[in-house]
Amino acid sequence: MDLTFFAEQLLNGVQLGILLFLLAAGLTLVFGIMDLVNLAHGSIYMVGAFIAATLTLWTDSFIIGLLLALPLTLAFGMVLEIVALRTLYARGHMDQVLATFGLILFLNELVRVIWGPAGLAIPLPAFLDGSISLPLGIVYPTYRMFIILIGIAVAVGLYWLVAKTRLGMLIRAGASNRTMVGALGVNVRLLFTAVFGLGAMLAGLGGMLIAPINQAQIGMGEDILILAFVVIVIGGIGSIRGAFIAALLAGVIDTMGRAFLDVALLTFLQANAAETAGPALSSMLIYILMAAILFFRPQGLFPPRGG
Amino acid sequence: MMKQLLGATAAIALMSSPAFAESIKIGFVTTLTTGAAIIGVDQRKAVDLAVEHIGGKMGALDVEIVYEDDEFNPQKGKQKTEKLVKADDVDIVAGYIWSHVLLASAPVVLNADKILISANAGPSPLAGKNCNANFFNVSWQNDQTPMALGEVLNQRGIDSLYVIAPNYAAGKDMVAGVERTFKGNVVGKDMTTWPTQIDWSAEFTKVKAAKPGAVFTFYPGKHGPAFLKQYAQAGLSDVPLYSVYTLDSLSLPRLQQAKMDGVLGTTMTQFWSPDIDNAQNKRFVDDFKAKHGSYPSFYAAQAYDSIFLIKSAVEATGGKVGDIDAMRAALKKADFASVRGDFRFGNNHFPIQNFYSREVVADADGKWTTKLSGVALKDHQDVYAKDCKM
Repeated sequence: MDLTFFAEQLLNGVQLGILLFLLAAGLTLVFGIMDLVNLAHGSIYMVGAFIAATLTLWTDSFIIGLLLALPLTLAFGMVLEIVALRTLYARGHMDQVLATFGLILFLNELVRVIWGPAGLAIPLPAFLDGSISLPLGIVYPTYRMFIILIGIAVAVGLYWLVAKTRLGMLIRAGASNRTMVGALGVNVRLLFTAVFGLGAMLAGLGGMLIAPINQAQIGMGEDILILAFVVIVIGGIGSIRGAFIAALLAGVIDTMGRAFLDVALLTFLQANAAETAGPALSSMLIYILMAAILFFRPQGLFPPRGG
Repeated sequence: MMKQLLGATAAIALMSSPAFAESIKIGFVTTLTTGAAIIGVDQRKAVDLAVEHIGGKMGALDVEIVYEDDEFNPQKGKQKTEKLVKADDVDIVAGYIWSHVLLASAPVVLNADKILISANAGPSPLAGKNCNANFFNVSWQNDQTPMALGEVLNQRGIDSLYVIAPNYAAGKDMVAGVERTFKGNVVGKDMTTWPTQIDWSAEFTKVKAAKPGAVFTFYPGKHGPAFLKQYAQAGLSDVPLYSVYTLDSLSLPRLQQAKMDGVLGTTMTQFWSPDIDNAQNKRFVDDFKAKHGSYPSFYAAQAYDSIFLIKSAVEATGGKVGDIDAMRAALKKADFASVRGDFRFGNNHFPIQNFYSREVVADADGKWTTKLSGVALKDHQDVYAKDCKM
């Protein structure tokens, strides 16, 4: 096998994984710590993309647009938590699913009212548009490399936040035993709002990073939300480390499936059958992985300790 | 009291009903909501422009258009068609962007023995075995455009092709269409999960390794711009890209806004282009641009043509819209100035027409549009016509 080809596909997989991680990090925090099933998480990803795209077109700079959109998405998430989601904590999961599904419809329609049905396309800044040469003769799109680096920076930052700071300690404590944290005098309401805002900002960041590749589109969050749920189930609900590793695993497996499966199937199938079975099977791989992990480790790869 | 009121309204309705004989009522079904609304809105603009251009008259009859929204949903499309046929009692039903919506709705119109004119969808059943005397298609049959593209590849001496298309009915049809006429080798083929896959990094890396002479693709709707952006970003701009139904006047402004220069110079095939040189097309494109500030899409061109086709039949029959046999015979002649230039209907009531290659260029004002670059297929009839017993 061609090593360069393999390495490039590996990078493709990592890049997809990073994107999934940004979405899954917030989802796993909210689900794990606040016990809230938030289907509207994908809509926040969409809103982040639209805000960043608008600001990019206004300021004519993707970087400035990105930096301004981050606090706005954080604020959007916190307002959403205070206005709509706070009342759902005491309810069961079914009520939460129903209410947050309603939120998806509401936010999609809101985006349509504000930005129109066509979506927003934004250009890449010149310094990110192009390819860079890496060792092994790999030529890789600069912007995708940029996504990988940002994702790694976010992962390191989150590790520091969760493992080394007081807020992180409270988050971990909240994941283990909410009631006890509240009983010890921590303002759980405020903590939840902060955690939700953080998760929203990360999801929004994912949307912002994908906007120059795909364009900001109504309903873009629903496509990727299911994968994000798969990732948090594989990683262990509530675990950031689990989300990171599971996201990379899912990204690489999905990409490798698309890259090699049809050729591999050709060795024992007719060309026509391989053509049809290849894409069908490669899109199933992640779910097969999830089923296998649920069978051997129902709590996920890295369940948070305690609770 | 209520009963009296109702009675009075009914009486007024009866009294005024002779007035309806002086008008022709056309139902137009298209998509006016959902993410695909951008197409339907473009069609509506073209129909409104056509009605304006004919002064709101077909012969002595006043033209009345009833728009209905199919919501991109076959069930809804069928309901709206039933409303048009039964409640509104329209004379002619036209429109339909989507093959699946048309296939669900067609029986409603045809069983009521009314005329049905498709302004876009051209599914193979209606062109072949299930062709119908009352059904006319003013666009094309689905397979023809990719067949024309395969011919363009041959004309340009391209001998190796990499295919990337979505893994669903239309995607497979488009690929089969190209493969039917393309004489070179297909060196790689990726059928991607539809509609969830919106990232092609793995496929593009495979293209880079395969080094084909060209890439063929088909991604309608929101996937198109995303595909093209990623194609350019993947450093594949030296591999020529050929597409069908991926780039049109609706997506080009957005791609220009995103400064996607890689799109310029790519080739597609189509039965029409804004720069086809005839008086009818010039009037249509110039007035459309003056009114809406953008180029009309091919969807709009077909919708515009459908109004003129109906007008030709109404005038030929002297306004006897109810005489279905006479209307049918008059429609069959396609005796009107089409924006695409002359064409005629085949035995299955689908057009026999030219298909052109078009290139994406910037016009004199810097606005992105498409420009004719040659004839791909001349006087082409779809392959299903032979299965039609008409």
